[in-house]
Amino acid sequence: MAEVGNPTVVVDDLHVVYRVYGAGGDKGTAATALMRVLKRQRRPSVREVHAIRGVSFVVNHGDAIGIIGRNGSGKSTLLQAIAGLLPPEQGCVYTSGQAALLGVNAALLDDLTGERNVVLGCLAMGMTPQQVKDRFQSIVDFSGVGNFIDYPMRTYSTGMAQRLRFSIASAKSHEILMIDEALATGDANFRAKSHDRIMELRGEAGTVFLVAHNLAEIEASCNRVIWLEKGKIMMQGTDVPAIVDEYLKATGGEPRKRDNPPQPDRTADN
Amino acid sequence: MKQRARDQGGPGTLTDDLEPPDISPESVSDVPLAELAAEYKLRPSAARPGVFKYAAQLWDRRHFIMGFATARNVAMYTEARLGQLWQVLTPLLNAAVYYLIFGKILDTSRGVPNFIAFLITGIFIWNFTQRSFITASRVMPDSLPLIRALPFPRACLPIGYVIIELQQLVMSMIILIAIVLGTREPLTWYWLLVIPALVLQGVFNAGMALFLARLGAGADDFGQLMPFLVRTWMYTSGVMFSIETVSSLRNHPTLTYLLQINPAAVYISLARNAILASQRAAWPGSKPYNPNLCHAFHAASKGKALLDSAYCHGTVSMNGLWLWGAGWAILAMVVGFVFFWQAETRYGRG
Repeated sequence: MAEVGNPTVVVDDLHVVYRVYGAGGDKGTAATALMRVLKRQRRPSVREVHAIRGVSFVVNHGDAIGIIGRNGSGKSTLLQAIAGLLPPEQGCVYTSGQAALLGVNAALLDDLTGERNVVLGCLAMGMTPQQVKDRFQSIVDFSGVGNFIDYPMRTYSTGMAQRLRFSIASAKSHEILMIDEALATGDANFRAKSHDRIMELRGEAGTVFLVAHNLAEIEASCNRVIWLEKGKIMMQGTDVPAIVDEYLKATGGEPRKRDNPPQPDRTADN
Repeated sequence: MKQRARDQGGPGTLTDDLEPPDISPESVSDVPLAELAAEYKLRPSAARPGVFKYAAQLWDRRHFIMGFATARNVAMYTEARLGQLWQVLTPLLNAAVYYLIFGKILDTSRGVPNFIAFLITGIFIWNFTQRSFITASRVMPDSLPLIRALPFPRACLPIGYVIIELQQLVMSMIILIAIVLGTREPLTWYWLLVIPALVLQGVFNAGMALFLARLGAGADDFGQLMPFLVRTWMYTSGVMFSIETVSSLRNHPTLTYLLQINPAAVYISLARNAILASQRAAWPGSKPYNPNLCHAFHAASKGKALLDSAYCHGTVSMNGLWLWGAGWAILAMVVGFVFFWQAETRYGRG
């Protein structure tokens, strides 16, 4: 286990490229496809997206890093690369252990019941069947989905599915925990509950990454902030309010009013 | 920076005026970052473990693989009104269709004794391999959301899908036993040989599934092509006819040999020889060579003389079949596993 202040995540000139299928292109007929093959052109329906373009930073044990930026600026991709789910095109990410990513599109198995998802999610994280059995009830209780636990997950509302995912992922303590907008659609009660849980996990984990469009949540939970723009770091530092204000100015938002201490459960900046 | 990454206005790019600075304003560290990482014993997050460590990790997730397969199998029929009954109905209908076409209309039996049991055994055993191959060639693109959400050894997925097919096969085997006993086939200790035969076939299928999963991860074209390749293979593997009784093959011993040792034919023959007494009795080479009786077999196209094929020279002996079955299984597993493992960190990319 790393000591407080030692690096736990080092991102060294990271570039991530991923492929997108089915993006727009030609007319989509067999004839145009044949011409393409004959002319040895690349498929227009497959595009490579250069989502992260040379990002470097060092994160220490005990840090909580907020990542802000507009939609499509590479925040989620960066977290997936740190978790080792998306391979780097160039550069490298070094971590002290397996990072756990808790994301909005952490799709579990939609056609299975919530109950099966809890069991399989925990097993996939490397728990033993006995550990799963022991924690099953507390996971279900925390998620608050109630009787829906016996229903297939495709019948869940977005908020319910997200609550269940959060409950599964937070059932285990992780050395590095990354939360990607995982709380955005929960109701007020669940947000309060999960904020407490994040704080608890942060104490256990040592390093927490938080992606949120709710800037109040960032200011309340994080001691450092990274502002991504088009896959590059625009600003980063420990002066969280100053960077948040710069970000708001650049994106045309009103500067935040901070008369009261920040309340993480408000959605004022969404 | 490699030039293949191009700016094409996808989700990773914005089109308005806000340009990030080329150098981040705050210097991160004085020493090179790679050295810093090494100093604190940090490891690359997308690193691939050694092949033996990978196998150990896979073994640790065995409960996940089994749970995944079972849950998928149960969920497969949830939308159907008859529900789990389809697990039984699907193999029954399969058997009925093939019996109607190949047993009655085309009559490919050519005098094979107890043809219905022969045919249905072949089809059920073949289906296990066929379905494993086709699902495996599509498993990585189909599971991309799961791959991008959770870290686990990716080999869990193709192996899990083979186990789903194995579970379905067990259901089919129960139907098969009922049908075979209904055709007055004697119940003997030989039947237990089905278990090692299916284990070998399962290992072969899992190894091939790993191989095909990596091929299918690159481009979907392969997944589209797979059904045709598999169907061609089916028609050369003696699924609905007996390779020994094809008259045009009698003058081509090498070709017959190659057809007999192809993995699908090996596993089908092993299962048939275990379950069907008539197949065991008629297996070429299972009785001392007798030119007269063998000639009688060659002269006949139908009827009881087919049992005389046992007096001909065997192309592959029954022990040879077991060796081939084990050999194919080990070869497929070793090559498939290493091939899949080599690309372990790249599957999330799509």
